[in-house]
Amino acid sequence: MADLHSTFLGIDSPNPFWLASAPPTDKEYNVRRAFEAGWGGVVWKTLGEAGPPVVNVNGPRYGAIFGADRRLLGLNNIELITDRPLEVNLEEITRVKRDYPDHAVIVSLMVPCEEEPWRKILNEVELTGADGVELNFGCPHGMAERGMGAAVGQVPEYIEMVTGWVKKHSNLPCIVKLTPNISNILMPAEAALRGGADAVSLINTINSITSVNLDAMSPEPMIDGMGTHGGYCGPAVKPIAMNMVAEIARNKATSGLPISAIGGVTTWRDAAEFMALGAANVQVCTAAMTYGFKVVQEMISGLSQWMDEKGHTSTADFVGLATPNVTDWQHLNLDHVTKAVINQDDCIKCGRCFAACEDTSHQAIEMSDDRTFTVKEDECVACNLCVNVCPVESCITMRTLEPGEVDERTGMIIPETKRTWLQHPNNPSADPNMCIVRGQ
Amino acid sequence: MPNSQSTPGIAAGRLESQAYQDNFTDLHPRLDDHEALVAADRCYFCHDAPCMEACPTTIDIPLFIRQIATGTAESAAMTILNQNILGGMCARVCPTETLCEEVCVRETAEGKPVEIGRLQRYATDTVMGAHPFTRAAATGKTIAVVGAGPAGLSAAHRLAMHGHDVVMYDARSKAGGLNEFGIASYKSVDGFATREVDWLLSIGGITVKLGQALGNGLQLDELSKRYDAVFLAIGLTGVNALRCDGEDKDGVLDAVDFIEELRQSSDLNTLPVGRHVVVIGGGMTAVDAAVQAKLLGAEDVSLVYRRGRDRMNASPFEQDLAASKGVRIITHAAPKAVHGNGAVAEIEFAYTQDGPDGLTETGETFRLKADQVMKAIGQRLGDANGLDLDGNKIAVTDTGRTSRNGVWAGGDCASGGDDLTVTAVAEGRDAAQDIHATLMGG
Repeated sequence: MADLHSTFLGIDSPNPFWLASAPPTDKEYNVRRAFEAGWGGVVWKTLGEAGPPVVNVNGPRYGAIFGADRRLLGLNNIELITDRPLEVNLEEITRVKRDYPDHAVIVSLMVPCEEEPWRKILNEVELTGADGVELNFGCPHGMAERGMGAAVGQVPEYIEMVTGWVKKHSNLPCIVKLTPNISNILMPAEAALRGGADAVSLINTINSITSVNLDAMSPEPMIDGMGTHGGYCGPAVKPIAMNMVAEIARNKATSGLPISAIGGVTTWRDAAEFMALGAANVQVCTAAMTYGFKVVQEMISGLSQWMDEKGHTSTADFVGLATPNVTDWQHLNLDHVTKAVINQDDCIKCGRCFAACEDTSHQAIEMSDDRTFTVKEDECVACNLCVNVCPVESCITMRTLEPGEVDERTGMIIPETKRTWLQHPNNPSADPNMCIVRGQ
Repeated sequence: MPNSQSTPGIAAGRLESQAYQDNFTDLHPRLDDHEALVAADRCYFCHDAPCMEACPTTIDIPLFIRQIATGTAESAAMTILNQNILGGMCARVCPTETLCEEVCVRETAEGKPVEIGRLQRYATDTVMGAHPFTRAAATGKTIAVVGAGPAGLSAAHRLAMHGHDVVMYDARSKAGGLNEFGIASYKSVDGFATREVDWLLSIGGITVKLGQALGNGLQLDELSKRYDAVFLAIGLTGVNALRCDGEDKDGVLDAVDFIEELRQSSDLNTLPVGRHVVVIGGGMTAVDAAVQAKLLGAEDVSLVYRRGRDRMNASPFEQDLAASKGVRIITHAAPKAVHGNGAVAEIEFAYTQDGPDGLTETGETFRLKADQVMKAIGQRLGDANGLDLDGNKIAVTDTGRTSRNGVWAGGDCASGGDDLTVTAVAEGRDAAQDIHATLMGG
């Protein structure tokens, strides 16, 4: 069984699966049980400054969207940072870290955007023995209205400034947690780097309304007839998070900046994908909130099995292996041609591929009287929609045409060489006489 | 001493009172909301769905299941009832395992179809209160419907919806036909057949006249003159005979009569049943009779069929149901003689075999003890009233036209289709559409 031991910013943990700063890490009771269940580390739920505790709503805090069989796909929340007294959290963090020296304990922080509160709380956190801090620049609701959370994370200058204070007043490794509620993730990431961040973690939750109560005409979660946008997370946000992780990993200025990936990690495969895109570890919340702490056991065994199968002996071995293959559209090979192939033995004859292709795509699937579905290669543009709507995994696959084969749709003979948009004759900057139209 | 399962002869009250309730409870209870959502989630919303094609009434099954899944079971019910006004009963009695569910792609994929029948019941149950259809403006036409079974009810409702007046006759004391009299009790509990008929008739415009049949107060010539059109849904009133010695002995009865008596009984505890019961036949009626005889407390019930199981009209599901209730299924045995002194005591069978010359007897025989012998070897048309026949049934076109102008027919009495409730509903509906189009010059 592969060794899943992970080191992030010099912080050791038995595996790369950390619980993200969120309700599961709000108190000692949970964190101890999480470690016993197998989690490698936690980012303790965000602490605020000393004083009157944070007040949460007392109606529903969560909203959700579901897939088939009521599988929770997306979760949104309007909960604030910890509503327990600072000193209680600090005492508990101290005890937990003392008892679990081999597990990562990171403390998430959010205090007003002034130097003194940051200095003060950092000093207190250092006394707990915690391994590092994560700066919560991401929560999109409630605290943002008070000038914290996403209100900082959406202004690169603030990120740089606060990160600078943190590095000035503490020797603890500093992870800056980024909000996705911006237009270009590279700007806050580069600001964090300029401020001296040791790593970034992303994504925090996405501004969202999950549902509308059509009787009360109010967004949900609904508090006494009204609702507000909450932070969206869970499997549904994974594609958004992966893109942002990849953008930072492949950006010249930020490549090499350690990344702790967050966003819908639910299985070992999700973790492996984030890590392949450049994350050194992952943080999980919704999967634990949906299935309980035990869910990490599948992540551990699955990642380990996959690493064994691939010959990886360390979790660092495959970090970033997919990063070089993330590129811009203009660099994709336009002479790479594939065609859908339907495996008739696996086909259950539901006809969804036909409906999708016939009604909404390229009319490239034929349906016979006995419900045999076949691909018309002279019409198939290889869009992959049939693959995506087929309920049977791997029943429809894409076959790559070999050099020398003819694409029946265009008549083109597949060349040995590749040709991207930059070399393509239809590119307006190319010779207009070379322009290719269909059938040529 | 109270009777028991081993009380000799034919006797009532073989079981404790509670056992009757337990035994005749709903075979497939209504799905609750959660179960319905889980079941509905399994539907793939197939293109040109095989289930829809397999349904004799062509209900848009993927659509109604999607409507259930999205929390609009009432809309789902309308999708069903627009095609099949007896969708509630069909949800209970359709052999879905040989129709929609047999061709469900999840049957292909996993051997477990979407539970279409139970979802249909879930949906239709939501609209069995106020009648959801309204009538078009009155046309001034009046149509006679003879027979108030599934075909007749379906036609009458469709005609009433189009604004015609309908006079519906039935030979029995109650409307409903085989829904009311001819199917196993556990498939239609709590008087559902009666409630459904009342609900259907509440569209208005349908006058029901009971106790009248062709040849018994009604003449086809007379009906043709008096009404703008006639729809015959007279079913099959004759029961095939065993054609073996001793068939006239006491204790030999028609399975349909047994089922009818059971369905109309208000106290099953008082209904007599044999200690040893033998049912002869291989269809749904045979299974319904055999299972119910067992549930009534018969000590042993044998269902004897002259061919193999694969030739039985009862579906594998029905056969398994019978077996699970303790009915012994004996195949490849044909009745030779009924023995007994006045009343049946034994029945003798010859073993049969399939061969190049068809079914032949092997020469070997055996006997079963029997206090009751129930015949379920098929029914046949009574009087065709001079209409042309196709085989043993009234010859009709695709839309139910008979050889006589102005007379349509559908259901079990007419040619074409299986003798199923759902088929009868489809035929009634389609004939009504054709009658409407004909009368309105459309």
